[in-house]
Amino acid sequence: MFSKKIPSVCDQILRQSKNYGQNIVKNSIHSTAVIHQSVPEGRTKCTLIPGDGVGPELVYSVQEVFKAANVPVDFEPFFFSEVNPTMSAPLETVADSIARNGICLKGVLSTPDYSHTGELQTLNMKLRKALDLYANVVHVKSLPGVKVRHSNVDCVIIREQTEGEYSALEHECVPGVVECLKIVTAEKSRRIAKFAFDYATKNNRKKVTAVHKANIMKLGDGLFLNSCKEMAKLYPKIQFEQMIVDNCTMQIVSNPHQFDVMVMPNLYGNIVDNLASGLVGGAGVVAGASWSPECVVFEPGARHTYSEAVGKNVANPTAMLLCSTKMLSHVNLQYYGDMIRNAVNRVLKAGKVRTKDRSLCLLNSSSIDISKGSSVSRFAGLSSSS
Amino acid sequence: MVSRMCSNFLAASKVYDKQSVRTMAFVMPKLKEVYTKAKYGGRNAVTMLPGGGIGPELMSYVKEVFRYAGVPVDFETVQIDPKSDSNDDLEYAITSIRRNGVAIKGNIETGSLDTEVLSRNVAIRNELDLYVNVINCKSYPGVRCRQQGIDIVIVRQNTEGEYAMLEHESVDGVVESMKIITAANSYRLSKYAFEYAKKFGRKKVTTVHKANIMKISDGLFLEISRKVAKEYPEIEHNDMIIDNTCMQLVSNPKQFDVMVMPNLYGAITSNVICGLIGGAGLISGKNYGDHYAVFEPGTRNTGTAIAGKNIANPIAMLNASVDMLEHLGHMKHASIIKLAIEKTINEDKIHTPDLGGTATSIDVVQNIIKLVQTNDLRHHVNL
Repeated sequence: MFSKKIPSVCDQILRQSKNYGQNIVKNSIHSTAVIHQSVPEGRTKCTLIPGDGVGPELVYSVQEVFKAANVPVDFEPFFFSEVNPTMSAPLETVADSIARNGICLKGVLSTPDYSHTGELQTLNMKLRKALDLYANVVHVKSLPGVKVRHSNVDCVIIREQTEGEYSALEHECVPGVVECLKIVTAEKSRRIAKFAFDYATKNNRKKVTAVHKANIMKLGDGLFLNSCKEMAKLYPKIQFEQMIVDNCTMQIVSNPHQFDVMVMPNLYGNIVDNLASGLVGGAGVVAGASWSPECVVFEPGARHTYSEAVGKNVANPTAMLLCSTKMLSHVNLQYYGDMIRNAVNRVLKAGKVRTKDRSLCLLNSSSIDISKGSSVSRFAGLSSSS
Repeated sequence: MVSRMCSNFLAASKVYDKQSVRTMAFVMPKLKEVYTKAKYGGRNAVTMLPGGGIGPELMSYVKEVFRYAGVPVDFETVQIDPKSDSNDDLEYAITSIRRNGVAIKGNIETGSLDTEVLSRNVAIRNELDLYVNVINCKSYPGVRCRQQGIDIVIVRQNTEGEYAMLEHESVDGVVESMKIITAANSYRLSKYAFEYAKKFGRKKVTTVHKANIMKISDGLFLEISRKVAKEYPEIEHNDMIIDNTCMQLVSNPKQFDVMVMPNLYGAITSNVICGLIGGAGLISGKNYGDHYAVFEPGTRNTGTAIAGKNIANPIAMLNASVDMLEHLGHMKHASIIKLAIEKTINEDKIHTPDLGGTATSIDVVQNIIKLVQTNDLRHHVNL
């Protein structure tokens, strides 16, 4: 009986708010006219880390799109790089800026295979540690017009990224024998499990799958799995499943539709992220984000710098643009987020503008003509080859 | 369920037994801390229990105002079917509050008269051990009513006393209803009242009781509050019998500052004061436990008679949402909405029929949204 009443009230509100917007669509919460009004006054600040490789080019395309769509966001850019340490902004400055703004758009940082200083922690890991960015969320979703093996893939991969194999605890105990410690703690396992279930609840997802290797690492991964099981009891409306990581990778490539939300420790997450990204079109089209309790860093889901393409104007900006739309929704700028996402989808669907990566796909920038009162999109080729 | 309630009281008194706390901590290390927070990237998840009557429409106003004010809060709405005899929805709602830590709720109807079906509102408070209910009754100068300039804080015991739900028929025609007063709960309630007074610069705490008749139970409550008062020499303390309190409230309410009392007296007193300053539609109440917080309108009315008529006063629920934002630490958004509410009532004087006005609920909400969006209001908020 309640469900009937609520929409009728919303209708009334929408009807009465006519003096604010122009053409308000009844019954539609996503009516752009209303949501446009929900934009908080003033401008939002966002930290910007272009990153290495094609990062600066991709970030440039985002800025172009934001300019064209009049998005009320100001960027606070920092050059931040591990391969160019002399020019890089100090970690504290960047972390302070992100903590202050609450949001950051970040390209991929390249990490060398060796360490000049003998330090084991990478810059990425240091940033995550400084801000406690413990949860990495990658939304793997098929895009229109991108022809790949599986269509309608829609799963979310949630990865713990502050401990596990990435603890940077390695040493050579006797010559020729190296120990690399993988750390699993109850507190962080519970925290990531709760994050996954809360994410599922908020986004109306039905199932959470914990991915592990507890049959071999009975104590370490066992603790992770038990923490997930324990947390699942608090979410009776969400189905909980578990799967061993090797089987999981096979299942993803053969039948990705069985997965909804997946939660896993650090290294498995890294591998599954890349695997699943490959299914829907590669590193250029998948958006991700790293979350702490207080801030979010939006970054491409599969972390590749694509440095061989620097300056060739062939990199695919889709992932970065989708990151930016997620960022806009997060700060209550859904109107602009939806506008850019729709534009990206239309460019992909039309298939006229495509970058070289994968077999096909896309892209370019869009500018939206709001003055006509409807979301008529115009697309202009700005940064990619067709 | 009854035995479960009893074990709750026992658990409450156990908190003072340090040994048991230590063993619990060993079994579940820091579990609670992780459970009761759902804040990600600066956005909070909050459980929303619309309840019955006007609850659902009031909640839709809250959502609307939050959207226009750009509040970083996401709601998890849980509906409880009032007609159902099963407690499944209720259990789910409680679980949801356990993991989000914070909830906003309307009054939930309990349709069934079956003794096995708990009063949902009481069950939520007991299960989550929300032992204190705080209602700040403050007059709005723009509302025409009997008393002006009232600013009283009611601190009410929320989980025991007459609401212990322990009733039985011992022999035919004789019913015993138990009122439970425990030293542990009385102590932490009094402590809360005095800490509140200290934190917000209040001058006086009044203990309300009926210890002249219930010498042992209310006597215990009074004795403990006197003991606690000695720890706060800078705050004046007195006590008053409940019947006299009601009379004093309607004749000379300005003598009261902070009032602390057992459960049923709190229900009565808060309704008396709300009646004095403008009725059920204005004031919000806060329920706190050690781990959870639930926000709701101050006088827990369902308002079934006026549901769906667009005349319910949205202010009480909006005030509850402001309390919630303050609790979550979103001070800027809280102040903006609070200022918009005050300006709507006091300066723009857009009142619903319960305050003697002619405006509809939506008129009030529209005006608040308009004010939330204006820039000059934002400039007043220096945070």
